[in-house]
Amino acid sequence: MKDTKTESAASFDVNDYLRQDRMPHFLCPGCGHGIALRALLWAVHEQGIPKDRLAVVSGIGCSGRLSAYIDANTFHTTHGRPLTFATGLKLARPDLHVIVITGDGDCLAIGGNHLIHACRRNLDITCVMLNNEIYGMTGGQVSPMTAEGRFTTTTPEGNTEPNFDACALAAAAGASFVGREVTAQVLALKTLLGQAIAHEGFSFVEVLSDCTEIYGRKNDLGASPEMMLAKKSAMRPYAYRNTVDVPFRPNALRTGVLTRTDRPEYGAAWRAMAARIRNEEH
Amino acid sequence: MTAPSLAAAPPALTGRRNLEGNEACALGAIRAGCRFFAGYPITPSSEVAETMARELPKVGGTFIQMEDEIASMGAVIGASMGGVTAMTATSGPGFSLKQENLGYACGAEIPCVIVNVMRGGPSTGMPTRPAQGDILQARWGTHGDHAVIVLAPASVGEAYSETIRAVELSETLRVPVVVLLDEVIGHLTETVDLGAVPETPGIARPFATGPREGFLPYAETADLVPPMPRPGDGYRSHCTGLTHGPDGFPTQNPAVAAAALTRTTDKLVLHRARIESWREQATEDADLLIVAIGISARAARQAVKDLRAEGLKVGLFRPVTLWPFPETPLREAVAAAGTRKVLVPEMNQGQLVLEVERVLAGRAEVAGLSRIDGETLTPDEIAGAAREALK
Ligand SMILES: Cc1ncc(C[n+]2csc(CCOP(=O)(O)OP(=O)(O)O)c2C)c(N)n1
Ligand code: SF4
Ligand SMILES: [Mg+2]
Repeated sequence: MKDTKTESAASFDVNDYLRQDRMPHFLCPGCGHGIALRALLWAVHEQGIPKDRLAVVSGIGCSGRLSAYIDANTFHTTHGRPLTFATGLKLARPDLHVIVITGDGDCLAIGGNHLIHACRRNLDITCVMLNNEIYGMTGGQVSPMTAEGRFTTTTPEGNTEPNFDACALAAAAGASFVGREVTAQVLALKTLLGQAIAHEGFSFVEVLSDCTEIYGRKNDLGASPEMMLAKKSAMRPYAYRNTVDVPFRPNALRTGVLTRTDRPEYGAAWRAMAARIRNEEH
Repeated sequence: MTAPSLAAAPPALTGRRNLEGNEACALGAIRAGCRFFAGYPITPSSEVAETMARELPKVGGTFIQMEDEIASMGAVIGASMGGVTAMTATSGPGFSLKQENLGYACGAEIPCVIVNVMRGGPSTGMPTRPAQGDILQARWGTHGDHAVIVLAPASVGEAYSETIRAVELSETLRVPVVVLLDEVIGHLTETVDLGAVPETPGIARPFATGPREGFLPYAETADLVPPMPRPGDGYRSHCTGLTHGPDGFPTQNPAVAAAALTRTTDKLVLHRARIESWREQATEDADLLIVAIGISARAARQAVKDLRAEGLKVGLFRPVTLWPFPETPLREAVAAAGTRKVLVPEMNQGQLVLEVERVLAGRAEVAGLSRIDGETLTPDEIAGAAREALK
């Protein structure tokens, strides 16, 4: 049997997809965003997407800065709005593979309205939300994904607001592909991102990322390995939902592919309608 | 993907038609090669979107109604980044919402056209009543220093031809262009000759064609308009709203940052002759000159006729390109005629008058005439104010 795992690992060199002249990158040591970036580029590689056809659209935040490191057509847009830019880009240029990189604040606070409408529309965009539970870029303020009780610079006595279940939100809004993964599981993350890219329609992937420097320190979560392992052990892979030998964790978040439905892709539906109008005219 | 051009005009866009200003605006955009529209409904601009929704599919374009004006502006920029000519339309409150992304388009030099059909404000104001309260918002609405072009049609025919010019200037200079209508021009019906398109040097956007290796997306070219890389053409460049150097990547190097901003504003100075547009009526010997735009200029035109019939030497100077303001032409008109007084009628509390005062800097005595009750200024009101000033 062919060992596809090893083969893929051998043929993938992340440096082929990074702008070498932009190195060193600006992420803090141990930041989960770097792991997510590697997994994403690996998925792009496995999907065989030519770099010239790849468009990466990002918002504003530490997460948003990642686009500048990718050797592709990259667009660093405005805070919360990358999905809107991506919508125009993908509709105007259906030949491009459009991937959005966004943060939990970018995507769910200032950009929350755009997310639910992108989910509803089902345009073929892959939205990768790097959820580090914090506004990293601006120095550690509370985000819509900060857990209750956590300390941030704007919740000095602990957060009193509940956070979203982003995947449930995306699924409820109609996203035809929804998944979640932790940075500790790079292979699983890479596979999930590949499935999301291959999916025709809007796909939403929540990556549980790690802001080691700010969130980790402020909440005594340890260094990045501790942060990553703690998250990993709090997860419950969706694929194991019916197996009895995995200990049941009542509050665990599910990882893996959570929603996958087949419904008309928006761009194709629009073009079919427009073609019909043109034929009727002639 | 071919560059849009006037030669490729859809066959339906010919002949004389009775149109509303808003419809004319939409058809002008399509005539000029606009193939993407994203918008959000708002009175009194919605007919622009409705016309686009009807017409764009017929010419292979894309229409989308987004979830709000911020999203519409984002989608328009995204489409334009993809190499497709794009436009949006809105009114006061929506124009405010577009401002952050409009600033992005200024900074990243993404061609796009924004139609703002002015209504009463501030806030929800008087949605169905005309006003000219966004004269300064159109120039300074987004944050930071920036270059932007604003065109102010005063007829349905001009809504058509100036939108064509808006696309042309935006595409060739890589700058956002605002088409500033007021509710009256937007909803007025007049006959337009759709075949009579303005003489333009050509609409095509300068796309990058040179070597991929070492390509600089924001290189300082002689015409200060860097050729734009089109995704898929192999340049794989970066585009950001952060201050960037010639390579397109963020910089905080003081010299590079200053040079980058200076180029985008110098660009409009260099091409000023092509951008500037104004009309003069009976200015040669005018003792008093009226400066007005849009529907106020229509009323002023009648006032000038009436006053001339009375033997009063009154003329009209009408900026068609509102920003950058045609300052040299105005100074020259005033100097040539030995004009003593200037009257600026406008449907706000005095915005255009500030620019006229700045431009004339004491060369003539400048007075404003405001109306802010949701009604248009009438020829009689303007004539009355002119008579008073000349006493
Ligand atoms: C309109 C606007 N408001 C606020 C900001 C400031 N800002 C920059 S990044 C950011 C939050 C980023 O948080 P997140 O999206 O979670 O990204 P992270 O840095 O954590 O990856 C904010 C509020 C901005 N750039 N623009
Ligand atoms: S501040 Fe946090 S999210 Fe940003 S780079 Fe540092 S560790 Fe990563
Ligand atoms: Mg964050």
